[in-house]
Amino acid sequence: MSITPNEVMKIAHLARMSVDHDDVERYAQDLSGILNLVEHMNQVDVRGIEPMAHPLDMCQRLRADVVTEFNQRDTLQAHAPAVENGLFLVPKVIE
Amino acid sequence: MSNSSTAIHNKTLSELRGMLDDKQISAQELAQHFIQRIRTHDSTLNCFVSVTEDLALLAAQQADEQIAAGQAGLMTGVPLAHKDIFCTKGVKTSCGSRMLDTFIAPYNATVVERLHQAGTVMLGKLNMDEFAMGSTSESSYYGATKNPWDMQAVPGGSSGGSAAAIAAGLTPIATGTDTGGSIRQPAAYCGITGLKPTYGRVSRFGMVAYASSLDQGGPMARSAEDCALLLNVMAGFDARDSTSSEQASEDYSAQLNIDLTGLKIGLPREYFGSGLDAGVAQAIDEAITEFQKLGAEVREVSLPNSELAIPAYYVIAPAEASSNLSRFDGVRFGHRCDAPKDLTDLYERSRAEGFGDEVKRRIMIGTYALSSGYYDAYYLKAQRVRRLIANDFQRVLSEVDVIMGPVTPSVAPNLGESFKDPVAMYLSDIYTVPVNLAGLPAISIPVGFAHNRPVGLQVIGNAFAESKLLNIAHRFQQVTDWHRQIPDAFK
Amino acid sequence: MQWETVIGLEIHAQLATKSKIFSGSSTAFGAEPNTQANVVDLGMPGALPVLNAEAVRLAVTFGLAINAVVNRRSIFARKNYFYPDLPKGYQISQMDLPIVARGEILIEQEDGTSQTVGITRAHLEEDAGKSLHEDFHGLTGIDLNRAGTPLLEIVSEPDMRSAKEAVAYAKTIHSLVRYLGMCDGNMQEGSFRVDANVSVRPKGQAEFGTRAEVKNVNSFRFLERAINFEVERQIDVLESGGKVVQETRLYDPDRDETRSMRSKEEAHDYRYFPDPDLLPVVLDEAYIETVHAGLPELPNDKKQRFVKQYALSPYDASFLTAERELADYFENALKVAGCEAKLAANWVMGDLSAALNKAGLEIKQSPVNADMLGGLLNRIADNTLSGKLAKEVFEAMWAGEGGADAIIEKKGLKQITDEGAIAAIVDAVLAQFPEQVAEFRSGKDKVFGFLVGQVMKAAKGKANPAQLNAVLKQRLES
Repeated sequence: MSITPNEVMKIAHLARMSVDHDDVERYAQDLSGILNLVEHMNQVDVRGIEPMAHPLDMCQRLRADVVTEFNQRDTLQAHAPAVENGLFLVPKVIE
Repeated sequence: MSNSSTAIHNKTLSELRGMLDDKQISAQELAQHFIQRIRTHDSTLNCFVSVTEDLALLAAQQADEQIAAGQAGLMTGVPLAHKDIFCTKGVKTSCGSRMLDTFIAPYNATVVERLHQAGTVMLGKLNMDEFAMGSTSESSYYGATKNPWDMQAVPGGSSGGSAAAIAAGLTPIATGTDTGGSIRQPAAYCGITGLKPTYGRVSRFGMVAYASSLDQGGPMARSAEDCALLLNVMAGFDARDSTSSEQASEDYSAQLNIDLTGLKIGLPREYFGSGLDAGVAQAIDEAITEFQKLGAEVREVSLPNSELAIPAYYVIAPAEASSNLSRFDGVRFGHRCDAPKDLTDLYERSRAEGFGDEVKRRIMIGTYALSSGYYDAYYLKAQRVRRLIANDFQRVLSEVDVIMGPVTPSVAPNLGESFKDPVAMYLSDIYTVPVNLAGLPAISIPVGFAHNRPVGLQVIGNAFAESKLLNIAHRFQQVTDWHRQIPDAFK
Repeated sequence: MQWETVIGLEIHAQLATKSKIFSGSSTAFGAEPNTQANVVDLGMPGALPVLNAEAVRLAVTFGLAINAVVNRRSIFARKNYFYPDLPKGYQISQMDLPIVARGEILIEQEDGTSQTVGITRAHLEEDAGKSLHEDFHGLTGIDLNRAGTPLLEIVSEPDMRSAKEAVAYAKTIHSLVRYLGMCDGNMQEGSFRVDANVSVRPKGQAEFGTRAEVKNVNSFRFLERAINFEVERQIDVLESGGKVVQETRLYDPDRDETRSMRSKEEAHDYRYFPDPDLLPVVLDEAYIETVHAGLPELPNDKKQRFVKQYALSPYDASFLTAERELADYFENALKVAGCEAKLAANWVMGDLSAALNKAGLEIKQSPVNADMLGGLLNRIADNTLSGKLAKEVFEAMWAGEGGADAIIEKKGLKQITDEGAIAAIVDAVLAQFPEQVAEFRSGKDKVFGFLVGQVMKAAKGKANPAQLNAVLKQRLES
């Protein structure tokens, strides 16, 4: 299977990364190449095989409901790109 | 095996420990020695993204006070450097990316914190492939790291800065991470020892995530003995990582000397096929003969689904990465584009400018694999293939104690080669990736040279068999000296 | 054409935990922006989630309360999308294996009709932060204090056929989550949020129509209005030959209308996949049993018991059991008083509720506690107080003047029940109004009421009314 330049644009938008017009074709080729590699999976029949999400057979540990973290705003915002009155700033969100 | 005439930067940790404890050298002098080496050699090698001289001297001073007070632990005053994927409080943590060029981590990764508490002296942060995506350390925003054995060669990746710095004697030990071979492969290319522990053995908290179900931090050093000392501090349960194993960690130095008589070694026929370079094959064969001399028994085994590992990996890892890297959006930290005209522009430009090519490729392929209509065919299928691969290992490792084979099909390629064809680069991880998919531990040990570049042997064990792998490597290193070879320019 | 409305609700209940679902930050409402957001909540590089045990327990509690299948193994998944209030670029939620699977709940409308509504699932997830649109030079400010607050998303089947049914269902869930102590139910602060999936179809048609999701409904009254508006809108669209578009619509209470949310129009592709940072949540039978043992009596069970044990009408029982605190109050007052249950019910539902409403107070804030009301009921039951005097005492208690007995003592409000004393007052009044006495005796029965009033006035309202009546009658007829 190959990925078309149109699909590259669609994927790039889903992933919120702009792609230069000149690079679209190259990405289409690169991604198609990777897909061809990936499709070697199809040579094996995996029907009935349980998908494996984690390498180890463990279950989720639970944390006691205790407040252990306190205000660290100054530290955490020290290198933030745009902050005012303790808020992170972004271009106007329209709803 | 050591002798007193060895240069300080080529000594083992136990030698350094002895010198520190006997006051032959202070921790501050030791730190200064390595800082000096970095100053001298790193402009050509480019192993370090940051050199933290002030912090190092401060930590060394504290170490000296502890040593003077008789409170020194095994690692007090030992210099090391961290792969720049581990968050270090107050120090830039770039992950080799322009995206994090401005990121000063507000906290320490668990691994960093443990090593700090143990009294180690951090010299700096090590170069790596951007977000650990790569096998050459060339995709770093900070430029390629070079291989101390051959300045035309790559050091491997993604922990290339770690491996090259150790090989060049710029740090005695270093941390690394391994998602598809990123500790073992650069260790092999640079002629050092590197261990990828069992998934869940070393905390991932504070380690910038590439592929969460595959990532695992581990020790890198010249010898297995030093890896064991480093792992002793790195390993162990961490309540802040849900995937951290509650199984107690061990004293990995305790079983290094166990005799190997009767050790059952499996050689998977799939790891010795037509893709394997003849020079590499020869070095591997000679190493295996050495193990037979040590009393091990060798038999052929089969891991029939090995070939499917790379395809499955290049779905699972990019899928997880595409989601893990969504947090880099220019809002709370990291790169933000100039004067975004709206929210979409902020996201799309910040991310396009902040990420390099290989990262973008993987984010896109992962986004595609998870997107509506393709999930079953790619992601779910890859998860099923993953189980087949894990089952192969489980079956074989119930018949033999360990599996041995090459770390890579060939020696380190020349700089620049990987840019020609990403897929060809992916295929060089064919022997390392299956181990990550199965979550098993594996060690890479230097076993000789081919084409004048180092060759690594991979030893794969059952889950939580780190002690056994270190034992096997250590016994080998007691009868060979490949791990003590030092490139001429860095003696 | 006859149209039928089809409604399903998605309710987000904020779980009443102290700390967040995946971090140790506080969930307290109203803190300074970003002071309750740590590295995990901000999605800092390398930060990892660890699941809060209490969030799991509360979700299981809910599942057991609606007789649902509680999945012994559930999975957290990532829902991927970019939004400034979503720090990681994905929300940790549950998709394929939610913690609570199919269940149901009995709802009752005001007219007494009842029905069962199916609950498709309830899953755990993390809340997002808040975007503040006040003026920051034309920019939006992001506060992530709320990010990571645990939510239980309760998804109903499309079982409701009118706005009233939907409201009855939402109120039932609201009552239940408060009963269970799992959510404070505060709709203004957003602790209990209701989204409605609304569609219409020609009556008799089996397939559902295209639905719109109505958001931003922060009261039950608005829920009813929003649904009714949306139903009318969709019918108008269809009847004028148009098509309903599947979309998210925002309710605007000022204009009482719903409008399309263009910013969310974009085709969604959430790319759900199991979160590799979290492992399957596995619950064993012993755990479920422990949670089950800790379940309080549920609203419906309590209501049935009230009808049976206290011989109350279903209406009274419903009223008293709508909130756990109110039901507890009633039972505590009754325990102190030992009077007839109906008397206690009347007081709780009548004077007490009216006073609370007027003051805008919750039952737990009532200045007259259950013990105090019980004391008052005792004095009514033993005839110390007439109904009128009791109201006076209640008002004094409400004003903080003390318990019933102290107030009666202090104000001398004790009812006159001594026959002799009543007779003396009656005789004095009769002597004062000879004309009226004559009229009564000549057959004008109506004058009796006037005389009763005069006697009560002379007794300053304290005469026992029954005794007064009896004595007066006896004197007039003798």
